[in-house]
Amino acid sequence: MPTTGAAATPHATQEITTRTDTREILANAHRDTVRYGLDDYYIVDVDSHHVELDSWPDVIARIEDPVLRDTGQQMVRNWPGAERTALTTFASGMTHQDVGGRVLHQAALAEPVDETDVHRDVTLVRRAMDAMSIDIQVVFPQPMLEIGLHPNKQVAAQLLMAYNSWFTETILGADPRIKTMLGLPFDSPEATLRTIRMYADHPGVIGFLMTSQRSVGVYRNEYMPIYRELEERGMPLGFHAGPNQNDSMTSTMNRFLSAHAMSFVTCNMTHMTNWVINGIGERFPNLKVIWIESGLAWVPFMMQRLDHEYQLRQSDAPLLKKMPSDYMRDMYYTSQPLEVTDLGLLESTFRAVDAENTLLYSSDWPHWDFDVPGRIMSIPFLTEKAKRNILGENARGVFNL
Amino acid sequence: MSTIHPDAPTRHPVADSDQVTEGGRHIVDLDAFTIGLFRFKGTLYAYENVCAHQGGPVCQGRLVHRVVEMLDEAQRSTGAVFDEDELRIVCPWHGAEYSVATGMHPTQPDFSLRAFPVDEEGGTVYVTV
Ligand code: FES
Repeated sequence: MPTTGAAATPHATQEITTRTDTREILANAHRDTVRYGLDDYYIVDVDSHHVELDSWPDVIARIEDPVLRDTGQQMVRNWPGAERTALTTFASGMTHQDVGGRVLHQAALAEPVDETDVHRDVTLVRRAMDAMSIDIQVVFPQPMLEIGLHPNKQVAAQLLMAYNSWFTETILGADPRIKTMLGLPFDSPEATLRTIRMYADHPGVIGFLMTSQRSVGVYRNEYMPIYRELEERGMPLGFHAGPNQNDSMTSTMNRFLSAHAMSFVTCNMTHMTNWVINGIGERFPNLKVIWIESGLAWVPFMMQRLDHEYQLRQSDAPLLKKMPSDYMRDMYYTSQPLEVTDLGLLESTFRAVDAENTLLYSSDWPHWDFDVPGRIMSIPFLTEKAKRNILGENARGVFNL
Repeated sequence: MSTIHPDAPTRHPVADSDQVTEGGRHIVDLDAFTIGLFRFKGTLYAYENVCAHQGGPVCQGRLVHRVVEMLDEAQRSTGAVFDEDELRIVCPWHGAEYSVATGMHPTQPDFSLRAFPVDEEGGTVYVTV
């Protein structure tokens, strides 16, 4: 066995912490870029996040209601910790996403940022995009995705509208590669329509979002003008899933894994069921609908379940002209977290949802269960065209990019 | 010029012995490889810094003992504890855990780290690549 004097050098970052640079955390994604030639692919990431609570006093300052704004600002000034949480229901004591300090990019991206010409979050997004060879990234907030669980609906609407104002003026527009689907204050149909009309022409706004953790029936008549408005504008409506550790099912669960596995799916299952069975796809056939951050495994379950029931109970769904699963194939799905523990089931799922034409790659960076683009490239049964469609071409069509 | 030849494994000095502490790690760059060196219960281990899940930088994650759930004789859970006889390296991308001693994921046999032969002599750690 020959021995060489080849020089080994200590790796600069021995352990990844919350202060490690995003580019170092994601450095291994470059291996996929080289292996799969990702620079030759148009990659649109339809779901990623920044941390709006890092800028919370600036959001509070944009609350329209002067009394609520003052209340929020007094909280920020006087209550320990409220500079990150004033007026929200965010419970930092319940944040288990980082698996007990094992996945630290979920806990905080506290790395140094020297750039001063743009907001710090713009730099963080750029670093992640560059590391993963992403061309366009759709960026969402985090706790604001749970705003539908806020007990005070007026406060929830005010906070969401303040966040939208801050985000569109501070983050969006700083880099044309950064886009968003803006959250809608769904508890107020009037405020929702106002939000769409206010922001639809912003070049960074490529759709709107229903944050799915909320107890509303999407079939309610007062929502129909919202769907019409979006359909006429050709802008997609996304349903973004979120966690809930305190609903009727998850409140029985003693592990974060259990509550996360269920609640990120059941919220979208509920809205999907109401959407399909109430024939909203018949009423607004050109409205593009996207189901975000629930993975894919739930979709064939729902297709079989709803088809089975509809075969026997058409009078419960009189607006339908085809099977529920056909309406589900008319919609779009983001890919993350892609359940790939059984390739046979995954292949059946892709066939059931017509993934080549309906699936949109998403990373969900910087969450603990994010997927790199190589995740799609490594799926053995996909054709080259399917890979290109899923990574970016389907999104190009959906969002008119 | 590359010093690594896949067809001709070579023993490379990669670290001083005292850089790889008991229960700790030392990560080195060697040509195109990044390799994590670990020492647990006096034995050295060397793994490529690439996770079997999505290729994450596994060796740069948290070192933590295995969590085990304790049951009493009636199968009632009495809570979780750390098993200090099994050290795990946790991939920082998504949390997959590997035994430092085996490089294996605890339940998925096709999830394992690429191991390199490692030894030490005269205060120097050598890896064969
Ligand atoms: S890449 Fe290591 S856990 Fe996913």
